[in-house]
Amino acid sequence: MADAPVAFATGGGLTLNLADDVRQLLTYHFMVNALVAGTAVAVMAAVVGWFMVLRRQAFAGHTLSLIAFPGAAGASLIGVPAAWGYFTACGLGAVVLSPASRGGRARSAETAAIGTVQALALGAGFLFVSLYHGLLNGISGLLFGTFVGIADGQVTALIVVAVVAIALVAVAGRPLLFASLDDEGAAAAGVPVRALGAGFLLLLGLAVAATAQITGTLLVFTLLVTPAATAQALTVRPGAGLVLAVAISLLVTWLGLGIAYFSPLPVGFWITSLSFGLYVLARAWRALRGGRR
Amino acid sequence: MLSHEFIRLALLAGTPIALACGLVGYMVVLRSEVFAGDALSHVAFTGALAAAAAGIDLRAGLFAATVAVAASMGLLGPRAHADDIVIGTVFTWILGLGALSLSLFVSGRSSGNGAGGVHVLFGSIFGLGAGEARLAALIAVGVIAALIAIARPLLFASLDGAVAEARGLPVRGLGVLFLCLLGLTAAEATQAVGALLLLGLLAAPAGAAHRLTVNPYRGLALSGALAVGALWLGIALAYSVPSFPPSSAIITVAAAAYLASGAATRLRRREVSRLAGPTDP
Repeated sequence: MADAPVAFATGGGLTLNLADDVRQLLTYHFMVNALVAGTAVAVMAAVVGWFMVLRRQAFAGHTLSLIAFPGAAGASLIGVPAAWGYFTACGLGAVVLSPASRGGRARSAETAAIGTVQALALGAGFLFVSLYHGLLNGISGLLFGTFVGIADGQVTALIVVAVVAIALVAVAGRPLLFASLDDEGAAAAGVPVRALGAGFLLLLGLAVAATAQITGTLLVFTLLVTPAATAQALTVRPGAGLVLAVAISLLVTWLGLGIAYFSPLPVGFWITSLSFGLYVLARAWRALRGGRR
Repeated sequence: MLSHEFIRLALLAGTPIALACGLVGYMVVLRSEVFAGDALSHVAFTGALAAAAAGIDLRAGLFAATVAVAASMGLLGPRAHADDIVIGTVFTWILGLGALSLSLFVSGRSSGNGAGGVHVLFGSIFGLGAGEARLAALIAVGVIAALIAIARPLLFASLDGAVAEARGLPVRGLGVLFLCLLGLTAAEATQAVGALLLLGLLAAPAGAAHRLTVNPYRGLALSGALAVGALWLGIALAYSVPSFPPSSAIITVAAAAYLASGAATRLRRREVSRLAGPTDP
């Protein structure tokens, strides 16, 4: 990723006519692929991330996203498609983490377990990369994402994953919301809180594995946490919050991909900066209104 | 093995760094600030790469970035504890800046590969120069001394903040000071095991110590000893198996110690219940 945008920025120039710029973007097949895949991932990440922020599982989510790195590195080591590595590693990670992050705020000893899993996973990833011999640019692609090399098959797979994930949230949304806000009350009302928690981690792993293929494992949070945190700073209502998170996530993905095409700076930088800027604006707006939450 | 200069330098710098990680990590786990340590380790990456892109000493950027972010997390967070979501949002953006620095650094040089970035991310303890190793050791000793000096009030403030505050302890100031020490430790450990792996050296020995003992002083000592042991064993392992990177080896040993501590606690609990409970078969 590091040097790719430089090459493409010289391919076409930025004009002041917005419609022309958009048309120029869409003439390239890889840009269309990136935009379609980015859209699917942005919607899914925002929805799953909204629940993750609500459940305060940011640390577990971050660890899951880093587990994607050894998955991808291991897959390229044994010569299978990277997507398999992403999904296998994140699924396994969710199973390993689910006893350690049982609902709500994790206790101190449990955060140590999560941190250990994370470092071990990254150490394994580094081992795989050094066994694979070289290709240092490959590392920064895995870690910081790439939007030029998304194949047609990958786009289809990401859309399918996104549809499945959103369907699962739609089915389990109400009990999950109940269990996230008040787990004791939900357990008393007969909601299977522990099964929901484990299932949610698996779903989170799925979303992270898909998002990591676009943003890279280090920047997954820019679509997972930041739009959701912005939405929750602005509204406490679940429906409005979810819609807002999706809208913010889509906006920063499209704008980030578009700007990165015309600028020499990497797409990861643009998407993170745009979403962080919106977050700061939302916090400032809430502070000005006297923050009721 | 000890006849090699690079092994001696690695041990010289690595031992105090690991000890600092173990001691600070014990407090990190006690205060439930592992995620803050995680975030600081990522900040270290951006700091070092920004310094590299600007053409100044990597370590200047490393220390400046981690300490500045640590201090602001402490000052902004409620009761000098940073909120998970705020940490997640801020450090993602800082990582985005890291991606920017990496691309500026790479395109600014003719060689055009990300080797510098990879060293920062995953460490290169075998590549330390004599001067670097000595300075890293000195700073680590300083961090250890500072932590031991504030250990007693910090333990009190971490275990029961409200009572400590009522007794007149500067709980907030201690929290900020501790986060700054954590920032320094993160910058130090980045030189040994790299920005991405230092969390293992912070969390795994400390988690094991928390499982094995409830006595805080014994726990601190145990955590430090485990971290140093993991570093030594890891270096020996990486030396004997050349394709095993030292950072991965150190983290693997530390994680194995954490797993073993879990098994040990379970065995001991079974033993205790067997001795205590006549109902148990």
